[in-house]
Amino acid sequence: MAATRGVPRGSDLPLALPLAAFVLACFVAPLAVLVAVSLHADNELKVWSLAQYARLLGETYSLRLLGETLWLGIESTLVCLVFGYPLAWFAVRAGARVRSTLLFLVVLPILTSVVVRTFSWIVILGKQGVLNALLQGAGLIDEPLKLLFTETGVVMVLAQVQLPLIVLPLMTTLSRIDPNLSSASEALGAGTWRTFLRVTLPLSVPGMVAGSILAFAACVTAFVTQTLIGGARLVYMPLFIYQQAVGANNWPLASAASVLFMLAVLAVVYALNRIGRASRGFIYG
Amino acid sequence: MAERAPPDLDTLSFRLVFGAIAAIGLVFLVAPTLIVLVTSFTNAATLKFPPPGYSFRWYAALADPDASQIWSAARNSLVIAVCATILSVVIGTAGALVVSGNRAPWARALDALMMSPLVLPALAFGFGCLIYISLIGLSPSLTLLIVGHTVVCFPFVMRTTLASLAQLDPALAEASESLGASRLRAFVKVTLPLIGKGVGAGAFIAFMASFDNVPVSLFLADARTEVLPIHMWQIIDNDLDVRTAAVSGVLIAFTLALMLIAERFAGLTRQLGR
Repeated sequence: MAATRGVPRGSDLPLALPLAAFVLACFVAPLAVLVAVSLHADNELKVWSLAQYARLLGETYSLRLLGETLWLGIESTLVCLVFGYPLAWFAVRAGARVRSTLLFLVVLPILTSVVVRTFSWIVILGKQGVLNALLQGAGLIDEPLKLLFTETGVVMVLAQVQLPLIVLPLMTTLSRIDPNLSSASEALGAGTWRTFLRVTLPLSVPGMVAGSILAFAACVTAFVTQTLIGGARLVYMPLFIYQQAVGANNWPLASAASVLFMLAVLAVVYALNRIGRASRGFIYG
Repeated sequence: MAERAPPDLDTLSFRLVFGAIAAIGLVFLVAPTLIVLVTSFTNAATLKFPPPGYSFRWYAALADPDASQIWSAARNSLVIAVCATILSVVIGTAGALVVSGNRAPWARALDALMMSPLVLPALAFGFGCLIYISLIGLSPSLTLLIVGHTVVCFPFVMRTTLASLAQLDPALAEASESLGASRLRAFVKVTLPLIGKGVGAGAFIAFMASFDNVPVSLFLADARTEVLPIHMWQIIDNDLDVRTAAVSGVLIAFTLALMLIAERFAGLTRQLGR
């Protein structure tokens, strides 16, 4: 986002102050309260302590849960990249008509309700679902595969639900790469594969990173998809927080879990950002 | 180039592999929507695909009195989404105007702060809101839901507006001001029409994001202010009611119609694709 040009600068403060106040009161304050509550040992919020963190970080269950949630996000993001990259690649090279049709098809799912999309996957992944019927019809499997309520199922659905988040930034990046670069590479004797791997792919890293950040953040917190496709036995961090907060009414523990979850997600986003920045230096530096 | 490979196996294999993956990706993207749309016209009481026969019975079932909960949830969602979108447009556009092209450290900080709801787990924010409002002594209400939704939706407007502003020549508004227009007049007459499409596209995404929001509503909605996605989530979680397919059908048609309008007036896909 190279916003070097814009509206003329006058005094921005009359506009900036109310905005800052809104963000502080409605976004920062709830998060600050969350952190404060997480630092209490009891539900009455009288005793300050690190007990909740000690409990969460000392238990293998909660640590495994956090790890599995992050891993789920990474797996889904990778699937998104594998399928999203060629889509973006073709969309950028297509004519204006095909391009806008592709864009429309890519955007449509992200704007249909997540509940609707997750629901349609229940129809697809069930024991008598579309996928099992197709695979059995083709003679590829004898017994129906168990896809619903498995991690494989959750990864598939998350990848579909978040695929547009990867395709859009990738298209932006790919369309900004000078086509002369790959022409030059091919004229110098590199084949299509080599040109792609050595020229286009490295140049598109910033787009891949930008998309991955959005997709990852969306996948790990996708409560509806995780609970409906994963079922009651596949618990990820969002469901755990919800159970502790609403079911068990243990606000301090749920707060501490939320804070750890946020920190973990931010750490991954930060790491991805670093990769993005490093790759930009590598391209233009 | 004497020894160039015959009709270029290299290029061919590349196109084949990329084409195949892209085709699978496209089917992967579109098929679920089509399948649920077809299933919604089933005449059976199960979600078998393909349906044994077709009918409008599940759409008709939505008109039954016992579907009134679905309708009141839908009405709540609509009211919240409209209000949250209006607020998001005001806040997002103002935020973009302040931050755009401003290299001052405080402006960079404000930019990062205002964009962070996009990557922070919304569920944690939703839970934080619940604690926050109960500690300051408020109880869940439609107004609080609207504010909560606005926080997670305005960054979308801000992002598309920033993208539009980045392509705007500042000389235009400067010229208007030097010709005697006030700053407000220059904004309304010059800047706003030029960034209008970016704002419009962002508003559309904000509306859909609010209408579809679960993580915030999960904690801020109660029985009185139940919203559609949560109501549907509960129906699906309890028993796979085929009426959900009919609601899905209505929602898909609704989204498609809104998208075509947004495409017509804001060039939605162009705004998103840059």
